Amino acid sequence: MSHALTLITFIPLIGAAIILALPNNLTPSFKWIAVATTVPQLFIAWWLYQNFDTTTTAMQFTEKAPWMAAYHINYFMGVDGLSISMVLLTAIICFFSVFASFSVSRAEKGYYALLLMLDAGMMGVFVSLDFFLFYIFWEVMLLPMYFLIGIWGGPRREYAAIKFFLYTLLGSVLILLAMLGLYFYSPIPTFDMTQLAANASTYSLNFQRVAWLALFIGFAIKIPAFPFHTWLPDAHVEAPTAISVILAGVLLKMGTYGILRVNFAILPAATHQMAWLFLGVLGAVNIVYGAMCAMAQTDFKKLIAYSSISHMGYVMLGAASFTAAGINGAVLQMFNHGTVTAMLFILVGVIYDRAHHREIAGFGGLAQQMPIYAGMTGFAFFAGMGLPGMSAFISEVLVLIGAWQTHPILTAFGAATAVLTAGYLLWTYQRIYLGPLNEKYKGFPDLTFREAFTLVPLAIIVLVLGVYPHAILNLMNTSLVHLNQVVLAAPATAIAMLH
Amino acid sequence: MDLGNFASLQHFVPEMILVAGILAIILLDLAVAGTSISKRWLGSIALVTSVLALLAIAFEPAMPGAWLFHRMLVFDSFAVFFRALIGLATVVGIWMSMGSREVRDCDQSEYYAILLSSTFAMFLMAESANLLMAYLSLEFVSLTSYVLTGFLRHNRRSLEAALKYLIYGGVASGTMIYGMSWIFGLTGSMDFSEINRALSAPGHLPVLAVFIALVLILSGLGYKVASVPFHMWAPDVYTGAPIPITTFLAIGSKAAGFALLTRFFFPAISHLASGGSWQALAGVDWPQLLLFVCIITMTLGNLAALQQTNMKRLLAYSSIAQAGYALMGFVVLSNDGIHAMLVYLFAYYVMDAGAFLVVMIVANSTGREDIDAYRGLAWRGGIVPAIALTIFLFSLTGIPLTVGFIGKFYIFAAVIRSKFYLLALIGVLNSVVSLGYYLKPVWTMFLQQPNGDEGTVSFDIWNYSLMGVFAVATILFGVYWAPISAFAGRSIAFFTGTT
Repeated sequence: MSHALTLITFIPLIGAAIILALPNNLTPSFKWIAVATTVPQLFIAWWLYQNFDTTTTAMQFTEKAPWMAAYHINYFMGVDGLSISMVLLTAIICFFSVFASFSVSRAEKGYYALLLMLDAGMMGVFVSLDFFLFYIFWEVMLLPMYFLIGIWGGPRREYAAIKFFLYTLLGSVLILLAMLGLYFYSPIPTFDMTQLAANASTYSLNFQRVAWLALFIGFAIKIPAFPFHTWLPDAHVEAPTAISVILAGVLLKMGTYGILRVNFAILPAATHQMAWLFLGVLGAVNIVYGAMCAMAQTDFKKLIAYSSISHMGYVMLGAASFTAAGINGAVLQMFNHGTVTAMLFILVGVIYDRAHHREIAGFGGLAQQMPIYAGMTGFAFFAGMGLPGMSAFISEVLVLIGAWQTHPILTAFGAATAVLTAGYLLWTYQRIYLGPLNEKYKGFPDLTFREAFTLVPLAIIVLVLGVYPHAILNLMNTSLVHLNQVVLAAPATAIAMLH
Repeated sequence: MDLGNFASLQHFVPEMILVAGILAIILLDLAVAGTSISKRWLGSIALVTSVLALLAIAFEPAMPGAWLFHRMLVFDSFAVFFRALIGLATVVGIWMSMGSREVRDCDQSEYYAILLSSTFAMFLMAESANLLMAYLSLEFVSLTSYVLTGFLRHNRRSLEAALKYLIYGGVASGTMIYGMSWIFGLTGSMDFSEINRALSAPGHLPVLAVFIALVLILSGLGYKVASVPFHMWAPDVYTGAPIPITTFLAIGSKAAGFALLTRFFFPAISHLASGGSWQALAGVDWPQLLLFVCIITMTLGNLAALQQTNMKRLLAYSSIAQAGYALMGFVVLSNDGIHAMLVYLFAYYVMDAGAFLVVMIVANSTGREDIDAYRGLAWRGGIVPAIALTIFLFSLTGIPLTVGFIGKFYIFAAVIRSKFYLLALIGVLNSVVSLGYYLKPVWTMFLQQPNGDEGTVSFDIWNYSLMGVFAVATILFGVYWAPISAFAGRSIAFFTGTT
């Protein structure tokens, strides 16, 4: 497969085109076409996983073709240790999110077409190595997301959709400016990210700082890092289940991916100077603030949304540590959070489909009525708490070990939040699943086969990576250690206050 | 080359075709007067004429440039670009007129004859090499535009718009010719290249007098491109005029204004320095002034558009903002900037004409132009125009994979290259603000459900086919824009007689 990355990116678009071309009376088949589209994607991701060379830092499976010669824009794709895990994650999450979409009953043609376009856009972001191409995917992906939330979302969908769009567009345009700045500041103008990274030492420090900040804000909005996070709870609450799964499972990772791919690799000196504040401190704020907000929520889904903010903070903190353990932990946390949070949102969707509300206080004793569901939720909650034996334990511990060496105070906050996390998750579990059964919910069926089919494989991934994290760590280690070296080698003149 | 009257005719073929078409329409109208023959087909004569003129431009013999008619007009590749753009705008204007319900009952011969005359005058504007010619052609365009705006004689809004247009235009062009008289007094010539020579001659330059003269002239030109503070006529005129005329004014008249603005402020009073940057006259700080005009134009246009509930008015303010974006290419004083401006104007042509066309399609069916008429358009049989309008509006916002993004990309690239960072930042923030109102129709069409009293949108092959062409062009040029870029690049050659 010489065009594996092109295929994995554009296969969903073919599926979307087929769905759009078919007449409306074939509506029942659309979901299966969407499944049939994501399956080959999954296989290609598996093939990439199998054939990935874990010993090199070079880009692999590269494809390059000129696009716009006058501006040195290329169609340039490739993956390294940083992106391969994200490609895998995207393929997995998209596959399951199609199944999680089966409860959608309105305008299915548009829904599945847009879902597949979103899939293509996300995959494109992770495999693009040309900044221009990256930017196109990054921004085009907003459109399907806007419509998916805006048309198929909850009661306040219009507000949530436009807020999401405006926030992320604001971030994107700053990235655009930084991208053009990098282009014109290069000795040889180029959008090639590998080339830009090779030029890293030629940018003046002042320029690096400004560009770094613009890029950081652009990416931080996606993560979402405090104080740019306010769009996320709204978007999550209003989005349909499958879209929440994608939003939390993949989309948020694009923010931290962008920081590692662009800020770290291309602007290492500025990263070295500024990361402690913008990634370290803000990361710790994210962890603590997200957890505290989660604790205060009465809406089940909003709670999970805030817990996402909290967990993404670990990624930022790990990246800011500039240690091999920290950065490995950060990217592993991106993958693990993707699978765990996907489970959580599917679980919220399960109960919402039955009860048509998500008020935590309105439930109670569901474990009696839906034991398998309650068990599965318990598993996912434990995974979210980072219990040993679960995947998130490994990544959070790696992050904390790494970060302890450089930012002990911040790490202390991060570690202490584990108690808060356990607190709000257990408290939520108690209120929804334990205690006397609310009479209204007698007669709720337990997990259906379809629901179980989306949850069990994700649970298996969580367990396997909890016991054998090297399945993913091996992929990324070489590239990430190298990336960390690049940043550490860059001149550091700033005094890190919290050392 | 300084061509005499007869020798000039070989470069005057498109204009002669237009004149022939105008005469043919008038004569044929007389010939069928009193008979029972319908005059609808007069539109097709106008259409054929404009297409022939466009072909004549396309097949014009290539040459470096020449003065025509004893230095009244100039023939160069810059003029070719704008004549092509204006010609395209005319084709669209006529095509839309033939498919418009509003215009169907008007006097056909006068309408098309005046429309073609207006085109003729815009061509002259793009080619003017002399203040007198510039003034006459601008006034010619204005006079024909007044008539076309007020063509719906029984419609109060149309008449009011024409009157407003007339009063504003009278003041603006009066101010402009006063400024021109200052220039004539200062330099003793009306010829652009003579003016340039006189102003750059060593010796005392009356800085203040030149600056005042330029400000006065700018009022006339600013009025044509609808830049702040000479924009006030635009919303009323765009709303009152028949939609095909609104379109024609928004794209054609604006292009002609930009042509004259560029030709006067660059080759006539500035100097091309090395490296493709332009140098304004020492001490005469019009670039600073235009920088403010540009910033205020886009900001005010965008902010005012946020509140609009009428589609034509919304697009009117949007076109003010768009003129502001195009001016960004102008104020950086470089060939890169002019190149970007030309690319942007082409992009603007494609997307704005498309947007107005959809407005006309909806107005044809429902007789309404307010945004409420678009409620749930996608769900009541208007999915095709709804998708098309979405494409155009996203393009106007500058979302990738549309020609509008390419235009913005070139503009911001030129701005950043010239190190106008603050301007670039204001520009991108404006794009974010503009999303607020460009999304409004999209949101109304897709996210809202129809009330049932909006009426349906009926299919008609004539308008839908043109809409399809524009929608495809918007996306096609968003992916493959090399031809536009190359055409615009070839067009930055001003003939000044020195080569």
